[in-house]
Amino acid sequence: MVAPADIMGRQETAAPFAIELKGISKAFGPVQANKDINISVPKGTIHGIIGENGAGKSTLMSILYGFYKADSGQILVGGTLTPIPDSQSAIRAGIGMVFQHFKLVQNFTVLENIVLGAEDGALLNTSLGKARRILRELAQEYGLDVDPDALIEDLSVGHQQRVEILKALYRQADILILDEPTGVLTPDEADHLFRILRGLKDQGKTIILITHKLREIMEATDNVSVMRRGTMVATVKTRETSPEQLAELMVGRKVLLEVEKAPAVPGEVVLSVENLRVRDEHGVDRLKGISLDIRAGEILGIAGVAGNGQSDLLAALGGMIKATGRITLNGVDLPLSGAGADGQSRREAGIAHVPEDRHHHGLILDFTAWENVAFGYHNDPKYQKSALFMDNDALRADTEKKMATYDVRPPIATLAAKNFSGGNQQKIVVAREVEQNPDLLLIGQPTRGVDIGAIEFIHKQIVALRDAGKAILLVSVELDEIMSLSDRIAVMFDGQIMGLRDPATTDERELGMLMAGMDGKTAGEAA
Amino acid sequence: MDYATLLQVLDTTLRLATPLLLACLAGLYSERAGIFDIGLEGKMLAAAMSAGAVAALTGSAWAGLLAGIGASMLFALLHGIAAITFRGNQLISGVALNFLASGLTVLIAQALFQQGGRTPPLSGPARFNAITLPGAEALRDVPVVGPLYYEVISGHSILVYMAFLIVPLTWWILFRTRFGLRLRAVGENPAAVDTAGISVVGLRFAAVGITGILCGIAGAYMATALQAGFGREMTAGRGYIALAALIFAKWRPVAAMWACLLFGFFQALALRPDVVQAVVQVRVPVPLLDALPYMLTVLVLAGFVGKAIPPRAGGQPYVKER
Repeated sequence: MVAPADIMGRQETAAPFAIELKGISKAFGPVQANKDINISVPKGTIHGIIGENGAGKSTLMSILYGFYKADSGQILVGGTLTPIPDSQSAIRAGIGMVFQHFKLVQNFTVLENIVLGAEDGALLNTSLGKARRILRELAQEYGLDVDPDALIEDLSVGHQQRVEILKALYRQADILILDEPTGVLTPDEADHLFRILRGLKDQGKTIILITHKLREIMEATDNVSVMRRGTMVATVKTRETSPEQLAELMVGRKVLLEVEKAPAVPGEVVLSVENLRVRDEHGVDRLKGISLDIRAGEILGIAGVAGNGQSDLLAALGGMIKATGRITLNGVDLPLSGAGADGQSRREAGIAHVPEDRHHHGLILDFTAWENVAFGYHNDPKYQKSALFMDNDALRADTEKKMATYDVRPPIATLAAKNFSGGNQQKIVVAREVEQNPDLLLIGQPTRGVDIGAIEFIHKQIVALRDAGKAILLVSVELDEIMSLSDRIAVMFDGQIMGLRDPATTDERELGMLMAGMDGKTAGEAA
Repeated sequence: MDYATLLQVLDTTLRLATPLLLACLAGLYSERAGIFDIGLEGKMLAAAMSAGAVAALTGSAWAGLLAGIGASMLFALLHGIAAITFRGNQLISGVALNFLASGLTVLIAQALFQQGGRTPPLSGPARFNAITLPGAEALRDVPVVGPLYYEVISGHSILVYMAFLIVPLTWWILFRTRFGLRLRAVGENPAAVDTAGISVVGLRFAAVGITGILCGIAGAYMATALQAGFGREMTAGRGYIALAALIFAKWRPVAAMWACLLFGFFQALALRPDVVQAVVQVRVPVPLLDALPYMLTVLVLAGFVGKAIPPRAGGQPYVKER
């Protein structure tokens, strides 16, 4: 450890740091979320913090924003020791935070949201007038254009995020923390965000960017700190590192970032969808006539910004919601409503489904792993002892076998699903569905909230199933995942398919345009 | 129905709408802050008993009012501790407090006065008496407007005027002050308030406190102005009707006033079966008239007035998330 005098000396000579964390530790019960974290962020830089889910990134930032109190350690802001017991202190110290889930009041205007908590005096009029003026200045200075009188609920996600950034700037934040800022953005919006961040950096602001996306770290940051299991394992200059090195630091072993797969050998059409339509309980059309074919031995990837009908497509095909139109599996019609339009019938027909939301639809968290492995296949003859009783021993043995093959940790079949990490939970679901050897696999957000090591494994399983001649429908909001896994890509926008592309000949820009509802041609003309 | 009868009905409407309006505004503060309060009824009842008892003992309506507010705030505090501090279920806490008030008021009144759970009849300064507004006598003979002013507007207790003045005041507080902005925000998205560095707990307790004050005035009005003393279950479901009016008004103060006037009008009609018969030309059974405001309540709650969107964080205890 560095001696105190040494630190003092460094402060006077070296370039000042915007933020220094020294020996931060924080435990939640027996879980050590942060262990002796040291980090120094130079002023006017973009500093990335990268790590797997549960590595302790969010906890560390919550400590910095006064949401949690560290068990031990010190926070220095601009070289001065600054205790941050609550968010108000963080704001006063010039720290602003843009959370992953925006903290905006939906039915307030932009102006009201910006002023909230930073009002001048008991009456609103003066505050709102002042905010309007400052907002105009900020818009000019940083290119952060937002209509001050628009309601938040009418704004796009990208604009809502701008409001969050403006909130921080309005409070005169010099240090801006962004937690997974691009998770909800289209590639275009993400690019715009990074332009804004670079603009802020040029104005002398310091930015801390928390993400699990290596590409963003490489593109946007000056320095990057890597966290693993609550500890800070390295801080490196971004231009002196590589995605492979960062991934290895995150996981603690070598990781294959690219998915290795041979060219697809498509066979017969397995699933044929014609004019599929879904109307939700509010009378809103969620699917407006989807038609597509998936062949044996190919992966069809569905790209799109969350909420453009991908979920409804999966749910309709998986028998979870009613739909109209026509679907055939290997030439046989399947019902879209009424009897036979349910998850179990679909599974009997040969359609396995890894739902997007594993906590609500994929697992029952309070049930054990082996019980979860039975769901959807509980009538399978191999799990029956007699006409009345299930063969729980066989089921447990089967689960243990699957857990071994899929390297689920800990490999205990009697453990409740909630006690596994996100990646291991997902492996349980994938094992259940893939090991049934279905003709068609529906898989939604296969790697959401899953760590890099498990991502690699799940991707391999998907490709292996394809190579075994099965059809796969992959839905993901991670464009990287779609690009690297799919043999064909369909882009959805507003309940429709905007276009089909070949991953070899398309790029993120073109897909991004389609995701935003512009077809390739118009985009080309506009550019 | 002639003009004089109409004026009489409207006069009664104002008097009957007042406790509804106070309770409705009380609920508005609480629910706008994200705390559902089904216990308006219990708070009014506790306030009515306390006000009736203290006014009888001291001979002062104002002392009664203070006692009423105190009792109601005590109940509000209990609800706050259950719902905010301990993050309990707000409906259950409210229902429990209603039951508590229902039993406790009669018990205390009986122990104090031995009059079958009632408080002694109040008179003179122990009641809020009607006040005549300036110029009412002079304008009385002006056609149309004069009688309206004299019969309907003038001649109520001070609490009635207070209730109707609280309507614009509430609007101003909600939409023109810092406190109002934060109050509305905490009912919609407490996380936004928390990350802005403002205490969610503090704001919610403030809102619940205001609810206590307003319910206190409503209950005191029942016992010391509308009637002359407390009687068992005298609030007769007004707390629930006020909740219905609040939904009807979509949690907006001025609309709340109109909703309460409508409910008050129905209650006034129930007192005048002769008028109803004269208008509709059919003898309507009195119990049916009595049931009208409650039937309207059911209709409102069943959603016949269009979609009412409650404050988004309503009913959910706030837990800081990682």
